[in-house]
Amino acid sequence: MNFEATEERRMISDALDRLLAEHCDVAKRDDTAFNAPYSNAATWQALSEMGAFAALATEEAGGLGGHGFDITTVFERLGRALCCEPVLPQLLAIQLLSSAGSDRAEAAVTGNARYAVAIDEPDTWFELEPLQARATSHGDGEATLNGRKSVVYGAPAATDLLVAAQLDGRTALFAVDASAVELHGYALIDGGGAAEVYLRDTPATLLIADAETALHAALDAGALALCAEAVGIMDVLRDTTLEYLGTRKQFGVPIGAFQALQHRFVDLSIEIEQSRSITQLAADRLAKADGSRTVSMAKNLIGRTGQLVAEEAIQMHGGIAMTWEYSVSHYAKRLTMLDHQLGDRDQHLYRVMAGLRD
Amino acid sequence: MNFEFSPEERAFQAEVERFLADHLPRDIAEKVHRGESIGKADTERWQAILNDKGWLALTWPTAFGGTGWDPVQQYLYDEAAWRAGAPRTIPFGLNMLGPVLIAFGTPEQQGHYLPRILNGDDWWCQGYSEPGAGSDLASLRTRADRDGDHYVINGQKTWTTLGQHANKIFCLVRTSSEGKPQEGISFVLVDLDTPGIEMRPIKLIEGGHEVNEVFFTDVRVPVANLVGEENKGWTIAKFLLGHERTGIAGVGLSRQTLVKLKEVAASSRRNGRALIDDPLFAARIAEVEIDLAAMMITNLRMLSQAQGSPGPEASMLKIKGTVIHQTLNDLARRALGPAAAPFPAEALAGNHALVDDTQARNAARYFNNRKLSIFGGSNEIQRNILTKMTQGARR
Ligand SMILES: Cc1cc2nc3c(=O)[nH]c(=O)nc-3n(C[C@H](O)[C@H](O)[C@H](O)COP(=O)(O)OP(=O)(O)OC[C@H]3O[C@@H](n4cnc5c(N)ncnc54)[C@H](O)[C@@H]3O)c2cc1C
Repeated sequence: MNFEATEERRMISDALDRLLAEHCDVAKRDDTAFNAPYSNAATWQALSEMGAFAALATEEAGGLGGHGFDITTVFERLGRALCCEPVLPQLLAIQLLSSAGSDRAEAAVTGNARYAVAIDEPDTWFELEPLQARATSHGDGEATLNGRKSVVYGAPAATDLLVAAQLDGRTALFAVDASAVELHGYALIDGGGAAEVYLRDTPATLLIADAETALHAALDAGALALCAEAVGIMDVLRDTTLEYLGTRKQFGVPIGAFQALQHRFVDLSIEIEQSRSITQLAADRLAKADGSRTVSMAKNLIGRTGQLVAEEAIQMHGGIAMTWEYSVSHYAKRLTMLDHQLGDRDQHLYRVMAGLRD
Repeated sequence: MNFEFSPEERAFQAEVERFLADHLPRDIAEKVHRGESIGKADTERWQAILNDKGWLALTWPTAFGGTGWDPVQQYLYDEAAWRAGAPRTIPFGLNMLGPVLIAFGTPEQQGHYLPRILNGDDWWCQGYSEPGAGSDLASLRTRADRDGDHYVINGQKTWTTLGQHANKIFCLVRTSSEGKPQEGISFVLVDLDTPGIEMRPIKLIEGGHEVNEVFFTDVRVPVANLVGEENKGWTIAKFLLGHERTGIAGVGLSRQTLVKLKEVAASSRRNGRALIDDPLFAARIAEVEIDLAAMMITNLRMLSQAQGSPGPEASMLKIKGTVIHQTLNDLARRALGPAAAPFPAEALAGNHALVDDTQARNAARYFNNRKLSIFGGSNEIQRNILTKMTQGARR
């Protein structure tokens, strides 16, 4: 066994840290995080130039990585910086377009085309069936779509959408020009943007007719990415909390001198290491036989520990962490709301439960 | 033992319900049910209606214009009010300063300030905490120096809830630096219009404005505004912090929040069925319902046993009550799935296909209510109080 990151991944890590330190100043984060289109063109450009998207794609898809550990390397750094750029939907798109063998993959890998992936609907979350959005085929891969997609991450900044819809009783995947749909965009409580997407006889191009396998594989990669983002955030919250316990004085001593807080901090640190471990395990297994189940194990544990770490970081800081001005509040919000993306802890627990007899 | 309310108590409950049905303005109740924040105007409108009926100051004796109700009556009122969608009354004058003045104030102070609280002439806020003095309140540094028949106040208060609506603030200030830190503290009433006071907003985690910082520069306050004795403010501070007993467990509010949680769980779908039929999620709702049922009896038990000034039972009720309420908020946020994420919730208001108006703010409410275990003496501080009590009992 070897728990060291490869030289290449260490380099990507360092380069990303430098780039994000320059572009994603937490103090100035509001400007991007809560104002349409909830993405900064210069940051996106810089990410694409340093190869952040290429690291998420395999060589066949025109990238330089695409392994589970490449995904976790990139997203852990994005998490540490609390970067709100919609890299997650880009990852999903890269995965889907390469499954489809589509020549669109290249533009996604360079970041020239910006993707949002529309699956969830108001009544159907975290699941591919039964989707209400419907496609009517016109032959030659051309189709029109009707339906409504909900909380589509990254849609306000997207040039293109990938949309899951029913075609002949199956879940199919389509490409849609973002300018051809009606978008109702909004900021998210943890920063970044999403939109309600209305499809009304919207022209679309069929990419995969029976897309369940490809969608599940992409969603696994996305869930893994979210776990890594969470680990990055947890590290920051742990360090910030530790620092605060040592400097904040009440009753004439640093509050870290109170055993009531010491033991809780230690418990928190244990949970964070557990989160890191399950995420690494899932990164290793992604795309292997038991990959899906391991990703679900990771996403469930991250859902649980993420909330714990967020709540404890706030509580141990006291009032200051309740303020918008202090970055802990934003880290805590992001860490909590991660559980509302690509399957929450219960959804993933069901998947793990389903495999108990295997 | 008898866990049924007596015929008199049931009759009282029916009277409360009738009054609420007849007098609570529909538009205000609808806002409360939708989970919108209630502004100053609506709060004052409702408090005026309650005052006309003599039902505004639940905990005050009748001699001062209060209800004179016993704890069970207060509880019954509280629960009925939340059920009906009554907004909360503002506690600073009614539940904090009022009892302090009744216990420690001069007849002049009582005669002047208590009616003004009831009539809505004054909106009080609480100036206890400072940037360096949170849990350790006794380390506060805002100074009040005697100058003839005035105090001159210099320093900073923070976390002043709803101070933006207030015209008065009651403050703990340092009048002596001799002896133990607790010994040189005084309790003074300050008019926020006095020159030298500046208030600045603090934005909270979910984006709202409910707290402020207050700066005092050479603020001159008449010595007549001192409550109790100079340097004996700590006794008042402790009295005040422990005082709000009936409300502290928040049973009425939590029961109402549970109703809302069940509504959202019944209307959200997962895996092709209502979330309330999903065994994992249903189990969580059921467990918090069990905790709340126990809490209701704990609350009533402690309230009926506590005599005179509030004791450590307030700490127990605070810890349990805040944890239950936070759990309810947590489940309500999670029940929305991805629809919990839009910010501000108004982005989707009216968009019923995704999320009902009454639930749209669930995530914001969850984050905002992290405060419950921090303010009013954090849950850790409450545990310290209880530890002292239990160890005292062992000795
Ligand atoms: C939304 C909000 C509204 C508020 N409204 C008001 C108001 O209107 N008026 C007012 O005066 N104040 C108000 N407060 C202030 C509130 O009372 C303080 O935040 C609270 O007392 C905690 O103080 P602190 O924030 O300085 O945290 P600290 O005292 O710095 O505590 C930090 C952490 O250390 C823990 N800790 C501290 N001492 C000990 C110990 N001895 N043992 C174990 N753990 C310990 C705390 O529990 C906490 O987890 C409000 C606060 C908030 C967040």
